[in-house]
Amino acid sequence: MQLFRLTAHELHDLLIKKEISAIEITEAVFDRIASVEEKVGAYLNRTRERALAQARVVDGQIRKGEKIFPLSGIPIAIKDNMCTDGITTTAGSKILSNFIPPYSATVVKKLDAAGAAMVGKTNLDEFAMGSSTENSAFFTTRNPWDTGRVPGGSSGGSAAAVAAGEAVCALGSDTGGSIRLPASFCGVVGMKPTYGAVSRFGLIAYASSLDQIGPFTRDVTDCALMLNIICGHDPLDSTSANFKAPDYTGFLVNDVRGMRIGVPEEYMAEGIDPEVRDVIGKAMALLQSLGANVEYTTLPHTEYALPTYYLIAPAEASSNLARYDGVRYGMRAEEAEDIIDMFMKTRSRGFGSEVKRRIMLGTYALSAGYYDAYYLKALKVRTLIKEDFDRAFEKYDLLISPVSPTTAFRIGEKTDDPLQMYLSDVCTISVNLAGIPGMSIPCGFAGGLPVGLQLMGRHFNEGALLRVAYTFEQNTDYHKRFPEL
Amino acid sequence: MARYETVIGLEVHIELKTRSKIFCDSTTEFGGDPNTHVCPVCLGLPGTLPVLNKKVVEYAIRAALALNCQIAGFSKFDRKNYYYPDMPKNYQISQYDLPIAEFGYLDIDTDDGAKRIGITRLHMEEDTGKLVHQGTITTTPFSLVDYNRAGVPLIEIVSEPDLRSPEEACAYMEKLKAIVQYTGVSDCKMEEGSLRCDANISMRPVGRSELGTKAEIKNLNSFRSLQRALSYEIERQIETLEEGGRIVQETRTWDEGKGVTLSMRSKEHAHDYRYFPDPDLVPLVIESEWVEDIRRSLPELPDARRERYLKEYGLPGYDAAILTNTKELADYFEDCVTCYPNPKAVSNWIMGDLARLLNANNLEITECRVKPQQLASLLELMDKGTISGKITKTVFEEMFTTGKDANAIVKEKGLVQISDEGAISTVVDEVIANNPKSVEDFRAGKEKALGFLVGQVMKATRGKANPELVNRLLKEKI
Repeated sequence: MQLFRLTAHELHDLLIKKEISAIEITEAVFDRIASVEEKVGAYLNRTRERALAQARVVDGQIRKGEKIFPLSGIPIAIKDNMCTDGITTTAGSKILSNFIPPYSATVVKKLDAAGAAMVGKTNLDEFAMGSSTENSAFFTTRNPWDTGRVPGGSSGGSAAAVAAGEAVCALGSDTGGSIRLPASFCGVVGMKPTYGAVSRFGLIAYASSLDQIGPFTRDVTDCALMLNIICGHDPLDSTSANFKAPDYTGFLVNDVRGMRIGVPEEYMAEGIDPEVRDVIGKAMALLQSLGANVEYTTLPHTEYALPTYYLIAPAEASSNLARYDGVRYGMRAEEAEDIIDMFMKTRSRGFGSEVKRRIMLGTYALSAGYYDAYYLKALKVRTLIKEDFDRAFEKYDLLISPVSPTTAFRIGEKTDDPLQMYLSDVCTISVNLAGIPGMSIPCGFAGGLPVGLQLMGRHFNEGALLRVAYTFEQNTDYHKRFPEL
Repeated sequence: MARYETVIGLEVHIELKTRSKIFCDSTTEFGGDPNTHVCPVCLGLPGTLPVLNKKVVEYAIRAALALNCQIAGFSKFDRKNYYYPDMPKNYQISQYDLPIAEFGYLDIDTDDGAKRIGITRLHMEEDTGKLVHQGTITTTPFSLVDYNRAGVPLIEIVSEPDLRSPEEACAYMEKLKAIVQYTGVSDCKMEEGSLRCDANISMRPVGRSELGTKAEIKNLNSFRSLQRALSYEIERQIETLEEGGRIVQETRTWDEGKGVTLSMRSKEHAHDYRYFPDPDLVPLVIESEWVEDIRRSLPELPDARRERYLKEYGLPGYDAAILTNTKELADYFEDCVTCYPNPKAVSNWIMGDLARLLNANNLEITECRVKPQQLASLLELMDKGTISGKITKTVFEEMFTTGKDANAIVKEKGLVQISDEGAISTVVDEVIANNPKSVEDFRAGKEKALGFLVGQVMKATRGKANPELVNRLLKEKI
């Protein structure tokens, strides 16, 4: 039995039957890391002792006959833009390469309290800006299905870790598709919950009005278990919704009969790789055959989503990243002449080119004389995009589409062409602008590479996504395939 | 000079004395070792988020209502972006186009009577930290930064350009300070920086309605510097205009030592703050019921109190204005009057000896060791003739330093006035016998000589003799 290939709920069953120990699980995952990490490069930092300590606590609880939680002793990876008390947190940037936060993100605290064993901090595009993990200041993570290809981004390390068996579950963050895209490329389940469903406290901000933390898992059941832990109100985050999170496992029902599912035609139009379109078409047909009513619909403002995103996100980023100036923490450029020189040298050496590009875009968009034409206009279009979804959800319980126009692309293929790179997110970005939940589940392969099916639902209706995803999973076996490494 | 009219508008920053900061639970206490009143949120560490302190909103509404503002049912917070090392995030959370309150006013006294000064807006924002330089900012080899003040809640109050002279500007500041202090939301201590002021000033030919080009004056750390800086700036601007020059729109700093304003940066170099709504905070929706609750809890404000002192106590306008200038002084006065119902006499003591001693010792009325009841009993002793007027002053000084009761001091030091005619008569006889020259002089019509003789009697009785009695006996006997 290869423990590293099992899901959290399978491992939990073995734990409570005392067939294995939490220490064994942790050791199995670290053994797997030892054998494949060199090829994958998912982790920036591993926390073996911390994980083992947590596993020992869980084993003690099991020995004493105490009740353990569903994720107790489960090895979980954390994207390195979430603060971990006493553990270096870099956001994939040179400017924070020496930053050790004196506090943990709310999600990290919740996972700790739920008994999960943190394996380490995963690689990402610098400050979560990117779609391939190639913008990491440290190294590029590789796709476990083809190590010549990218894992997607920005949460590429977390997705690759789960796909490669280097973690059972992981946390990522999604600002324009940064959970769903890598989940799709790596053939795992990824969920971006409704904006406000998960606390952002301790998540190093990229674009505050779009950022949302969510899980990577190997199946839909684990996704529901992760949501059960991370969702809920947090008084430390003013934008976290004041709602009572349901038991998400209650939505794991193998039945989609009568459900109304829309497929926005704009998401299936030109630019979508024919093979990907074919896989999505088969997924539509399967859901139809299982009793759902699947039909084409429209989200007419879709074409404006990308430009809207590239005004709002950089504008917020230009302000969010202003604090990295070398004064208080992080990298500081030496031999500066005065404070302005120190700011400029620190920032020009500390940030990578994509981060600088977005800071400049955002600064420009907010500047006097341009604000109305760019930022304010973008806010208005954002409202139109939201209204598109509102109208669609009057008719449909959820929407489905491809996650990305293509499967994982080759490393280096798009690094010289930012616009091509931005287009990877063309199907995922609207979901962030509208603040609704979005999910990627494995729905087939094209050219030997995983294809993700995107599910989009109403605000706080993660349940509908879980139900359809679970039904799809029960009637397919794509999620059971494991990459050869 | 008469050809120009001065136009002044003030931007006043006031620190609110909530216990914790505006977006975190660090203490707002003044002082403390550098960087000890801080937490990850007010240090702007990565991943931290602001959470609005409701008390700050309540205090802002309280001040706004006292300044006759309208409270916005819907307002929001914006980010003001600029780089400065005393700002942990390199942006300040403030309010831009939707402030919490607008359209207020206050009344000031001028030589031409009461004048209403418009208040454009009042908004909430976070304070910055402060830099500590070795020597001056230009010569220091390095600077240190203290973030204790970063995140302390501020309200900024912007006046209409309704002020016409440095005197009016000072009167506006005095009044604003008094009103805000009355509401209890701030100490308004300029010396501790809890009350700060920037001034916009421009000149225009008398009779012209459009405004001239303005200069913004910063670094006004006291009422005196406000007055001096504005007077200097009026001269500078008129001189420039008279010489055919043009006023440049710029920010200038007041140099207290040199007594001049100096250019800091021109409009071309003005910051573009790139304001945008803070996505970490949700819009602020204020229920009118809450506003009305706060309105009902407002204390009597300075104008109303002054009016009452004129009517109820029959005090002169001058007394009423001084006594109501701070809530603490007015409370002290009223507590005295409750025990000793002679308002004018109490007013005279407070504005005279008490004010003098407080000033000399640099104390606030709240730090005064003489409690209102104690002052009242002192005045009663004087009224009853137990002590003379002169002795009363001595006793009061003793009370001021020791905090003891008047009675105790009078007994302890044997200061009871001597009104026994027999006892005084003996002393008078002695003085007449010992000062024949003066006696002669008085008889010859020199009134001054009597004063000398009275003084000798008082000296012999250590000031305790009833002065009226001494006068009468001396005259009778000579």
